[in-house]
Amino acid sequence: MRLDQRLIADMIRPGTRVLDIGSGDGTLLDYLFRTRGCDARGIEIDMREVTRSVAHGLPVMHGDADHDLAHYPDEAFDYVVLQRTLQAVERPREVLRQMLRIGRHAIVSFPNFGHWQLRLKLLTSGRMPMTAVWHTPWYQTPNIHPCTILDFLMLCREEGYVVEQWMAVDEDGERAPWRRSIRLANLFGEQALFLLRRRGH
Amino acid sequence: MDQTTPTQIEHAHMLFPEGMQLECGFRLAPVRVAYRTYGTLSAARDNAIVVCHALTGDQYLAETHPLTGKPGWWSRMVGPGLPIDTDRFFVICMNVLGGCMGSTGPRDPRPDVAGEPWGTDFPPITIRDMVRAQKLVVDALGIARLFAVVGGSMGGMQVLEWAATFPDMVFAAMPIATSPFHSAQNIAFNEVSRQAIFADPDWHGGRYWEQGAVPARGLAVARMMAHITYLSEEALTRKFGRRVRRDPYDKAGSLSLFGEIFEVESYLRHQGSSFVRRFDANSYLTITRAMDYFDLGAEHDGDPSRPFHGTRTRFCIVSFTSDWLFPTSQARLLARALNRAAANVSFVEIDSDKGHDAFLLDEPDFDRTVRGFLSGAAEHARIGMTHAP
Repeated sequence: MRLDQRLIADMIRPGTRVLDIGSGDGTLLDYLFRTRGCDARGIEIDMREVTRSVAHGLPVMHGDADHDLAHYPDEAFDYVVLQRTLQAVERPREVLRQMLRIGRHAIVSFPNFGHWQLRLKLLTSGRMPMTAVWHTPWYQTPNIHPCTILDFLMLCREEGYVVEQWMAVDEDGERAPWRRSIRLANLFGEQALFLLRRRGH
Repeated sequence: MDQTTPTQIEHAHMLFPEGMQLECGFRLAPVRVAYRTYGTLSAARDNAIVVCHALTGDQYLAETHPLTGKPGWWSRMVGPGLPIDTDRFFVICMNVLGGCMGSTGPRDPRPDVAGEPWGTDFPPITIRDMVRAQKLVVDALGIARLFAVVGGSMGGMQVLEWAATFPDMVFAAMPIATSPFHSAQNIAFNEVSRQAIFADPDWHGGRYWEQGAVPARGLAVARMMAHITYLSEEALTRKFGRRVRRDPYDKAGSLSLFGEIFEVESYLRHQGSSFVRRFDANSYLTITRAMDYFDLGAEHDGDPSRPFHGTRTRFCIVSFTSDWLFPTSQARLLARALNRAAANVSFVEIDSDKGHDAFLLDEPDFDRTVRGFLSGAAEHARIGMTHAP
């Protein structure tokens, strides 16, 4: 399991109800069930991954973050997880609202567009930056809503979400997480990971 | 066309002399439920799976059919080492109430008029009545909780009704190629089937037994029409294309309008004529009507999620891309209804060009889904752990 997935798993209390949006091959679901005794379920957009997950006995349904969260009741889960997908959804603010409606906590990871390499490339070349993380050209990328760590914090403030934990991780999720200054994280973090809850909860 | 009445065979069954109260208010007694079992019930009685059959299916799930001599309708799915593994699970399959393969139905003698079958006077039954009749058998077998209920098409409706009516008895539910309610289009197809039966001169107002007749022509047309809805354009094209054959009974040959017949026509005629040998017209009417009445939200202001609030059953919904009788859009309605109830739901759409019948045919992804879902659920239910290495 990738380090960033392990960091997500570490944020989740054992025995809780978890919804993993974009559960992929089901690694996190399987881990949460086996090691944490969680009631962990997934939503996945890629039908091949859904079939593979269900064939491994994991509860996964075909669906996506934009269209399927509205059908769950309030606080149906303790944690709702969205890994590396926020930048690719149609309406990120609405997705976050739904996550924090159906879950007591939201765990969100996304690639940070404020990383120094991106800033430097845009400044020097005057063209949309391409890096190891942001590797698809602008006309093909599924990442239609990129944001920086600071942008995300501003949105959380506007929406009244409490940041319980945050950390910056590198893309491969190999190096240890980093959680000092937000400004430095916004410059040097390739990927950000947030644990949120609604104010008053 | 073959006009013989289906042979009477003794089907294994349980008899419940006290009968049961039907949803329509009528008390049906006695009630007989014909059933078959496969595999062995564990000492803890925790490994039972009920498989529910579709409109024209029956209890001969995984063995040679005594009437047709053909393999059981799901023998490719149910058996030792197969996705529904009878080395591990105890599988029960029952002929539905209203059917004609040994369970109480319109062909049975009515208790109030000596020597006369029910015929069209058989009380209207619902999918829930079918499930309640099945529960009589499950109770009699001493099974307090079913590990799983599995079924496709009308069998899927029964799965949903099992989970909605007896939520504590169903650990896992697998509704396949089905819908939370029977759609207007499907009611329309059923109505055409029924009108074909009514239009047969041998129908005799439903009292065809008095004339020693069966409305074979009408029932065959009903089956032909319905059979088209079970397939897909791709499947028909792949199987038959536009291929033509000479009608062996037509002396005029290609000089006459129907001297040549398309292979698809010949196939449908065969489907129709072999069906009337094993099925009763009044049963067909009773069961199609039960499907038409099916609507999980009917008693809940149209909300199909309400029967599932608080459910602890694990669901796995399966649909097929080319199924236009029970399309994925209806499976999705079901998935979302279960989401609203915060139920544990898996939902898979299998890529297949075989239409509605895909659930009966060779689809490796589907097999993997069935096997995987049941294994995963068994792990959660902690059954069969004694066999674990």
